[in-house]
Amino acid sequence: MLELRDVQVVFDGFRALDGVNLTVPEGELRFLIGPNGAGKTTLIDVVTGLTRPAAGNVRFAGQDLVGRKEHQIVRLGVGRTFQTSVVFEELTVVENLDLAASFRKPLWALTRRRRGVSEAVADALARTGLEALADRPAGVLSHGQRQWLEIGMLLAQRPRLLLLDEPVAGMSKDERERTGELLTAIAADHTVVVVEHDMDFLRRHASTVTVLHEGRVLVEGSVDEVSADPRVQEVYLGRRADDAVGERS
Amino acid sequence: MIRRHLPFAAVAVVALVAAPLLLEPFRLGLLAKYLCYAIVALGIGLAWGKGGMLTLGQGVFFGLGGYSMAMYLKLTEAEGGLPDFMVWSGVEELPALWVPFANPVFAMSMAVLGPVILAVVLGTLVFRQRVRGAYFAILTQALAAAMVILLVGQQGLTGGTNGMTNFFELFGQDLAEDSTQRGLYLVVAGVLGVLYLGTRQLVNSRYGRLLVAVRDGEDRVRFLGYDPALVKTVTFAASAGMAGLAGALFVPVVGIISPALLGVVPSLELVVAVAVGGRHVLAGAVLGAVVMGYAKTAFSEQFADGWLYLQGALFILVMTLASKGIAGVAQTVAGRLRSARAT
Amino acid sequence: MTAFLNQLPIGLSIGAVLMLIALGLTFTFGQMGVINMAHGEFIMAGAYTAFLLQDMVLALPAAFLVAGVMGLILERSAIRHFYGRPLDTLLLTWGVSLVLQQLARDLFGAPNVQVPAPAWLSGGVGILPYNRLFIMGLAVAGVVAVWLYLTRTGLGRRTQAVVQNRQLAATSGIDTGRVDMLTFFIGSGLAGVAGVALTLIGPVGPALGTYYIVDAFLVVVAGGLGQLRGAVLAALGLGLLNSYAEFWSDASLAKVIVLAAVIAFLQVRPQGLFVLRSRVLT
Repeated sequence: MLELRDVQVVFDGFRALDGVNLTVPEGELRFLIGPNGAGKTTLIDVVTGLTRPAAGNVRFAGQDLVGRKEHQIVRLGVGRTFQTSVVFEELTVVENLDLAASFRKPLWALTRRRRGVSEAVADALARTGLEALADRPAGVLSHGQRQWLEIGMLLAQRPRLLLLDEPVAGMSKDERERTGELLTAIAADHTVVVVEHDMDFLRRHASTVTVLHEGRVLVEGSVDEVSADPRVQEVYLGRRADDAVGERS
Repeated sequence: MIRRHLPFAAVAVVALVAAPLLLEPFRLGLLAKYLCYAIVALGIGLAWGKGGMLTLGQGVFFGLGGYSMAMYLKLTEAEGGLPDFMVWSGVEELPALWVPFANPVFAMSMAVLGPVILAVVLGTLVFRQRVRGAYFAILTQALAAAMVILLVGQQGLTGGTNGMTNFFELFGQDLAEDSTQRGLYLVVAGVLGVLYLGTRQLVNSRYGRLLVAVRDGEDRVRFLGYDPALVKTVTFAASAGMAGLAGALFVPVVGIISPALLGVVPSLELVVAVAVGGRHVLAGAVLGAVVMGYAKTAFSEQFADGWLYLQGALFILVMTLASKGIAGVAQTVAGRLRSARAT
Repeated sequence: MTAFLNQLPIGLSIGAVLMLIALGLTFTFGQMGVINMAHGEFIMAGAYTAFLLQDMVLALPAAFLVAGVMGLILERSAIRHFYGRPLDTLLLTWGVSLVLQQLARDLFGAPNVQVPAPAWLSGGVGILPYNRLFIMGLAVAGVVAVWLYLTRTGLGRRTQAVVQNRQLAATSGIDTGRVDMLTFFIGSGLAGVAGVALTLIGPVGPALGTYYIVDAFLVVVAGGLGQLRGAVLAALGLGLLNSYAEFWSDASLAKVIVLAAVIAFLQVRPQGLFVLRSRVLT
């Protein structure tokens, strides 16, 4: 479903990605890990059109993504969240979700007022558990609720591929728990790629893990295979992989 | 929501309809002029207040509308001959640019379409490259400055510094007649009313939400699958069209169009008016234009130089103390009253 | 061909004046997120200083001080409350600019005044009149001084740090308030010097600044925010383009051509000639 071939990204001489190859089949829940500066977020940026690769190609469902604009990639069915969640504070929770759900409508059709709540929006509200806050402005949400709203907006887009950039960063234990459940539910009927540092979270929810290091794919496999791999342990400065990966940036 | 706005709407409608009965013709003409500015202000309220695009060149669009109308009026009065100012500047043949403006349908369409086309071209070039905020403001201001120099320089085509004046009739009606001016007033008030309702509908629709989202997080909006450049260009074009229409109405009402009415300073003055009225509320933008128009006339009549000091001071005060303008203050007061009543 | 060459010193000296004006703008804009419309009135203040002193040698430092202090007062009294809100500062400082223009009208009268050029600036070498050469010299001196300040002094390096990342600079112990004051002082002072330069090529009036401020902002847009080399190259480019556009078409079309050129340039370099790279999603 998602395929990266020899992708290179260069920032002013620094190779953020140095020939990455990655294949994510349809329906999979894939975790991306690696130390700071390994290129995890850059990889997501390349797929979603925020960063243009210096070389290599990115294909999604048979379409070439390189050179397309951000919104065109979204229209092909690729959605993402950001490390620091950005929601529209002046709009209510429902309006945020509704905006995310309406992008396939032509511009003139948007000039009509919204009446009620569409199925996609209702579904996103229910899955994220934000029903009680539906008509509150998004500006009043807590950090965790914002992250859920972002995931909700992503769901309301009805994408075929979801890219989540550190969805549980900065969350409390309870919130992490709930996000995990949400993620498992979403993964049941979507293809998902998650960038995450939290090893505990990883072990509970991950099926396949890809380890990035210095802009290259180091290892790929199940959680156990990966954490047992000596190369991974070495990357984390000789410490045990578990401790190191569990450390959060 | 609707009930809360009802008293305001009722007062506005009554005032606009009653004005021709109560005001002497000179004052009514002034009010009609302010309402023309209010139409421009409405566009600024949409583009800047809701869309975050600070446009400092609305005078250009206003001018395109005004000049289209003025060209038509001049040509009908010249009855196949040359307009008066061309004779004075020694032009011997009607310039090709002028020829189609003898047709009222063409002239009226160009009054709106001209500004819209210019805004679409500028918006597409600028917004697609993600040039925004202050850069956009500077470019629109440069456009206003360039436009004035162009109009002044092309004397034989535009009437130069003096612009065009001495209009006598519109669609066979004598412009000096009080009844014509009353009719014009009603047309201006009606156009403002319709545009206000239309803009309000737009702002309250999904499109309006999208516009606010683009204002607050243009980059995030891309990842919701929308093209912010398109949204901004369409909105900018709508505000330009409103300014053009206002310019076309302004010419028969006030009887003149000249570069001094549409340069950097008049364009900024309208933005000031919107800020004073309250940029976040469409009604605030309209109110600001009328209030500032009256204030300018009243103070200029008393002491001409004082106005510049006052305007400057007012502006500094509004920006530092009440950045949400009159509408913001009114909302705060209304909020206090409501909570006082509730306790 | 001679006419073509005669246009060169005109274009270069306009570029030089724009350079002096834009240096202040690009740093206040890049460093503080402030658009100072009253910058044009600092030019005017510099020009009137030259008119009052009637002495070029005295006028230069005096104009720098007068305009610099005006900038300092404006920054301390109003602008520092508006950091990072460029559009609001634009409107606020426009109010200030209106007041200053009216003040000049009341103090010096509305009609333009002429500052007699010193005898040692009359004449010239070949196609280069001394007065235009002098203006170019002033700009070169101004740019070199700013460059030395930025790269060779501690305060200057701190200024660069604040331009690149205000928060990080503040947390690293830089007194950003002091740096801001100094930037404003120097930038406004250079505008005053530009005002003195302008008395050599034309009359002085209360609206003097308004003729140059729009072009100076276009220089900032084309050069890139807070970029010394960007401002220098863009000022030269716009100055030359201005004078040759007037030469080839006519004066009324020149500004349209310049604006079109800037917009065309933004199609290739949307953020100006030079740009600080950053990964932050704004």
